[in-house]
Parts: sequence; structure tokens; C-alpha cells
Amino acid sequence: MNSLAEIEARLEAFAPQPEPRAAAQALVAVAEQVLEHWVRARGEVPTGERKEGFRLLALQRQGARGVPSFNACRESCREIAYHYNLLNEEPDSALAAHRQRMMAMLAKHLLLFVSGKMQVDGLGEFCCASRPLRLE
Amino acid sequence: MSDTPVQDKKTRYQRVAYYPGCALEGTGHAYNSSTREVGKALGLKLDEVRNWNCCGAMEVKNIDPKVQTYLSSRVMSIAANEMRAQVVMAPCNGCYHNLKKAEHDLAHDPASREAVERISRQAGHPAYRAGQVETIHALDWIKHGIGEEGLKRRIRSSLKGLKVANYYGCMYTRPRHIFPEKDRGAASESTSKPHFMDDLLEAAGAQNVDFPLKTACCGGAHTLSDSDTSTKLVLNILRAAEAAGADVIATECPTCHSGLEMHQVRAEKVLGEKTTVKMLYFTQLLGIALGLSPRKVGVHENVSDGLAVLRSKDLT
Repeated sequence: MNSLAEIEARLEAFAPQPEPRAAAQALVAVAEQVLEHWVRARGEVPTGERKEGFRLLALQRQGARGVPSFNACRESCREIAYHYNLLNEEPDSALAAHRQRMMAMLAKHLLLFVSGKMQVDGLGEFCCASRPLRLE
Repeated sequence: MSDTPVQDKKTRYQRVAYYPGCALEGTGHAYNSSTREVGKALGLKLDEVRNWNCCGAMEVKNIDPKVQTYLSSRVMSIAANEMRAQVVMAPCNGCYHNLKKAEHDLAHDPASREAVERISRQAGHPAYRAGQVETIHALDWIKHGIGEEGLKRRIRSSLKGLKVANYYGCMYTRPRHIFPEKDRGAASESTSKPHFMDDLLEAAGAQNVDFPLKTACCGGAHTLSDSDTSTKLVLNILRAAEAAGADVIATECPTCHSGLEMHQVRAEKVLGEKTTVKMLYFTQLLGIALGLSPRKVGVHENVSDGLAVLRSKDLT
């Protein structure tokens, strides 16, 4: 599994792909990895289940168990799923490149949110740009 | 109260107790003045809650949630018992959230009721009882008190040509259970895709862009303890708004607003990342559309230079 720093760099460098469906699939997988980091850091095994057809949404629900504030990323996850659907349903749309960019920004937001949460919760120094609060 | 018919709300919201909260007397001063000016222009009356106190914000909650519940309940107690108000309007997402949470806790948690009764007795005022007032946001106030059609009739300077990304932040809709009036059909607000600000600004002539980060976290809670994360979160929101084609980001929370403005500056200084989208309170935009001058609604008080974009659209 890629580190959060590696995922962040990948998302930062993201450029729309000629095959929107493949790009959507890859971006959902990246978002799932981000949530897997959170779940694993809490000592749990990331779920393989799906919610409303998306493992991403099941992982978000798993991550929010006992941590209601983690729901602050729920809508970002739902927007990622929504953009995935748009790209799959309308790969030839003139908006396909724009939707890919938006989806990458949503995935990046999820990553930044999770990185910040992990830092605050003392689950590790996963975000290279964050100061380790617990050490200050 | 969550089932109050729309027409009843229209009547009830004509005159409300106004709880500006601490931020609107400081960094959010322009939100305060623009809310009051828009109310005047629309004929909606505000009676400021007498001798109001801090709602407990985020700080008190982290130390003793019951004290936070009490602090919010005191504001509602004054409105209900001293002012005989039926509705309290809080334009700040933090205040709005805390009053709604206190309302929920007092309705469902005996320990919260006991704590509020005890502290209220010591403080020498009647304890607030759940259901005495209805807490609403400034968006509810205008959406139901005037409505889109009423607003359209009063527009003197259409926002036509202005592309707006509406940013609601996270506390306006979360957690869902403290907002029982939301997600109750098309006329109500949605917690997953809020639209009241979109509706009002569209009625004022603005073109809302499709903005998927409208409820995304801005890192407000980390802003002092972990500024770098906050800056990156805000930068991502700003970039997404620009990618969506927005000229401005409309805000409805003083904390979100100042966070977006401050971290826009910080992103340029620390990360070398410049973004040009401007931040304006939705009340400032409505005020402009209602024919008020930018100065009257405090545009000059914003850190981000909204005046330039308003000028470019012939809105000054």
C-alpha cells in the first residue's frame, strides 16, 4: 500500500486521462487506500464490504464508528462516488476531463482530512507537511 | 417545530431574536453588518438577544460538554423567557450548531437537563426547556421569511454574470440528528447537498457553479494547532472553486470565511500557491443585489478584495 505522502504526490500530479472510466476506477482505488490507512491505524482490518455499491462508502462508515467527527468526510466520499458514476455513465461527455480533475481534488481533500485527523489523534506522522503535535 | 408549514415560518420569521455570537463582533463584523442591512432592506426585523454570551464554541465543548450545553441554553432562555421570542436566528455556523445541539441534548438527555437546571439556578435565571424557541440560520431566515420569489421582486442590481461557488462548511449540516427539520423533502434543506444559499443567490441573478466541496472540511479546528494542514485543505477548496469556474466563493459562516481568506494568503506565502477567487458573505452578495453599496455591506472589511470582482461585473 502506498504511503499517504506518495498518494498525495500522485494526486497533486494528476492529469485527466484519455480513458475516463479507467481514471475513475483508479481514483476510487486511491480514495479507498486513504481510508484504509485510517482504519488500519486504529487497529482494525479494512472492510471488504460495499455500501450502495461502493467499498469506499463502507470504509468511510467503518472509519466513523466511534468517531462521529469522521463523518466530516462523508460527503466528500459520496461526491467521489457520484463523480465515478458520472464518468462511467458518460465517458464521452465534454465534461469528462473536468470531472476527472474534480474527482482528483475530492480524493485529495479526503487525504488531507484523514492526514489531519491521524495527526490530531496521535495515530502517526503520516502527513509530511504536518507537525507532530504530540511531540510538541 | 420541525414540521412547521412554510407559510407559518414566513410569518414567524418576520421578527426574530438575533444572536450574532462572538465572531460577528470581531473577524466576522462584515457578516454582522451585512446581515442587519439585508434584514432592513427586506423588512425583516431583528431583536438582538439581550446580554448574550458565548455559545461555548469548540473550546468549552472539549473541556466540559455540559457547560457548553448550558452556555447555549442561556442564550435561548433569554430569548424565550425575557424577550418572549419564538425564533432565535444565529448566522454563525458554530453558534447555530451549538444551539441546535443544546436543543437536542435537552430534549433527549436527562443528564444535560439536570446540569442546565442546576447551573441556571445558580446563575439566577430560568432554565431553558427544549422546544421553547426554534433556532434557525440566517439562510433559513431569508429563504423562508422572504423566499426566492419575494427576493426576486426586490432585486435592484442583478448578480447576473457572477459565477458563485457556494461553500457551506461542515457545521451547518452535521451531525444530521441535531437538524430534524432538514432532509424532509424539496422545500427543506439537505444535509448531503445543501442548497438554500444556492437558491437565494440564484434568485438574486448569480450563476451557481457545480461545486462538489461545498460541505468539505476547511480545517478550521486545526487552524492554530496545525496550520499547514488547514492551509492545504483550504487551498484545495479554493482550487476546486476556481476549476469550477467561480469568480467568488459565497460563505455563510464567519469561521469558514476568515479561514478561507487567511489561508489563501498563507498558501501564497508559505507554499507559493496563488489563487485569485474572492470570498464574500452571501449576505454581502444579497445586499449588493438589493441595491446596497459595497461599503454598506462591509466589502471593504474583507481580507480578500471582493470589490475588484464586483467592479468587473458592474456591481458597484
